Amino acid sequence: MESNPMMKTSITKILENNRICENIFEMVAASDIKPLPGQFYMIKGLNGDYLLPRPISVHDYQDGKIRLLYRVSGHGTNQISRMKADDEVQILGPLGNGFDVESLNGKIAIIGGGIGIAPLLYLVKNIETQKPDVYLGYKDDTFCADRFRPYCKELTVVTEDGSTGQKGYVTDFVNISDYDIVITCGPDIMMEKILRECGEKNIEVYASLEKRMACGVGACLGCIVNTKDGNKRVCKDGPVFSGRDLTV
Amino acid sequence: MANLKVEFLGKVFKNPIVAASGTFGFGEEYNEIYDVGLLGGISSKGLTLNSKQGNEGIRLWETPMGLMNSIGLQNPGLESFISREINIMKQYKTNLIANLGGNTLDDYLNGVLLLNDSDVDIIELNISCPNIKAGGMAFGIKADIAYATVKAVRGICGKPLMVKLSPNAESISEMAAACEEAGAEALSLINTINAMAIDIYAKKPVFNNYYAGLSGPAVKPIALRMVHQAAKAVMIPICGMGGISSARDAIEFIMAGASIVQVGTANFVKTDICLDIIRDMEEFLHSQGIRDINEIIGII
Ligand SMILES: Cc1cc2nc3c(=O)[nH]c(=O)nc-3n(C[C@H](O)[C@H](O)[C@H](O)COP(=O)(O)O)c2cc1C
Ligand code: FES
Repeated sequence: MESNPMMKTSITKILENNRICENIFEMVAASDIKPLPGQFYMIKGLNGDYLLPRPISVHDYQDGKIRLLYRVSGHGTNQISRMKADDEVQILGPLGNGFDVESLNGKIAIIGGGIGIAPLLYLVKNIETQKPDVYLGYKDDTFCADRFRPYCKELTVVTEDGSTGQKGYVTDFVNISDYDIVITCGPDIMMEKILRECGEKNIEVYASLEKRMACGVGACLGCIVNTKDGNKRVCKDGPVFSGRDLTV
Repeated sequence: MANLKVEFLGKVFKNPIVAASGTFGFGEEYNEIYDVGLLGGISSKGLTLNSKQGNEGIRLWETPMGLMNSIGLQNPGLESFISREINIMKQYKTNLIANLGGNTLDDYLNGVLLLNDSDVDIIELNISCPNIKAGGMAFGIKADIAYATVKAVRGICGKPLMVKLSPNAESISEMAAACEEAGAEALSLINTINAMAIDIYAKKPVFNNYYAGLSGPAVKPIALRMVHQAAKAVMIPICGMGGISSARDAIEFIMAGASIVQVGTANFVKTDICLDIIRDMEEFLHSQGIRDINEIIGII
């Protein structure tokens, strides 16, 4: 049977898979389709003893290479983190809607928390209208924060223990009212706080959501988020949602 | 080239591989990735008379080589299906199986009446649904309740009727025989196995409904045994499923008595796995000097 030109599942050799800090890793692999910021891939090593591919968002894309920053949070990601350069990996993607960067006009705040910073680098690099202010919140290790510096007007780094940058929660250091558009990705409580505040102040806000997934393409209905317009699939209708549609 | 073509319920299946209900939507998303017309058939997402929002809370949970799900039959409802989704599915040159669920006998009967006038090729009656009148126990647990349900449905059903059995049935052989006697023209099995997972840190069950359905490679040996038992208990043809992830798995089910098979969870593991399975089945037959897949159906 002929292979189908539409096929988006590819099997490729990993170029790099490195530990960044404690449980944060970064994989680099070749992919000839240019992703949109906010899109993601379903990733699975060919030799792991786990079943489902794991969704990992695009952290950066350059010269036909995708860079995926991920946190080891369970059995599957643990196995992915153990893969080495030249190991074969199955990649499906890019998937999901991604950010509509062209529509982002005005003063922009980008707020990331923990591994939620991952999709924001490629987003920040692709905002062409004006450089955004970026706020990154971490527990302790401020992994990859420096990568943002060239692309933002102002970078604010916050740690819960105060070991680097400001001490506290990142949301305490943003004055939401200063912005026309807010974009966020991170822990649910952080995003809920931002969504609520933007709602109250009537500020345009976008959140990139994370859910357990199986198919990654919109067929299994396992990754549902409740919206004002009924159930939506995070993998297909998202992962980027407008705050207008979300029910927080 | 070995022949993979099979006749099932009077329909020609170009190969025995069918996408399993609930894992393939209405084919639309997968068709963006490959031509789903290359499959023998597609079983639709489980449909109910009225649309359903499905379950709250966690819906998916991976287990060692298995997947638990608690989707809760989220679907657009039969009216939407007949005016919209069916037209999408009809574009694909493959058999269209409507998977029908319900919580009461009336749900099933009204659903079948709507589907009678539609373009679906086969109705797959999912009797794993909770039966409200029987205190929430599934229609598919007790053979006498399943018999009465299938008999009533058969009486008004204008389409070929395949009944999908639950592995949670008291006895799969008795269940299979009861459904055949009630007028089922084919059986499909297995649906997911009732299972449980607990979050020990939250000290709570993972799923809001406590129990959820287990599928994937973990259930395959059990599913294979049940397909074999059902095949021995009835004369009507069988559509086998449960953990099929390779051509070897599919051939095992066919040798155990299935004429066609469905592939569910494996689609999540590799989106185009059904194409690999079809290709590898053909290679297997060829390498074994078997000219026609029909020669090995039920040889065990
Ligand atoms: C996410 C998911 C949703 C499912 N939804 C349905 C459904 O709506 N109706 C149905 O009859 N079976 C449903 N099933 C069961 C499958 O059709 C199949 O019987 C079962 O998963 C075993 O096959 P597998 O191991 O190949 O997945 C679902 C299974 C999964 C994993
Ligand atoms: S993961 Fe299957 S619908 Fe989103």
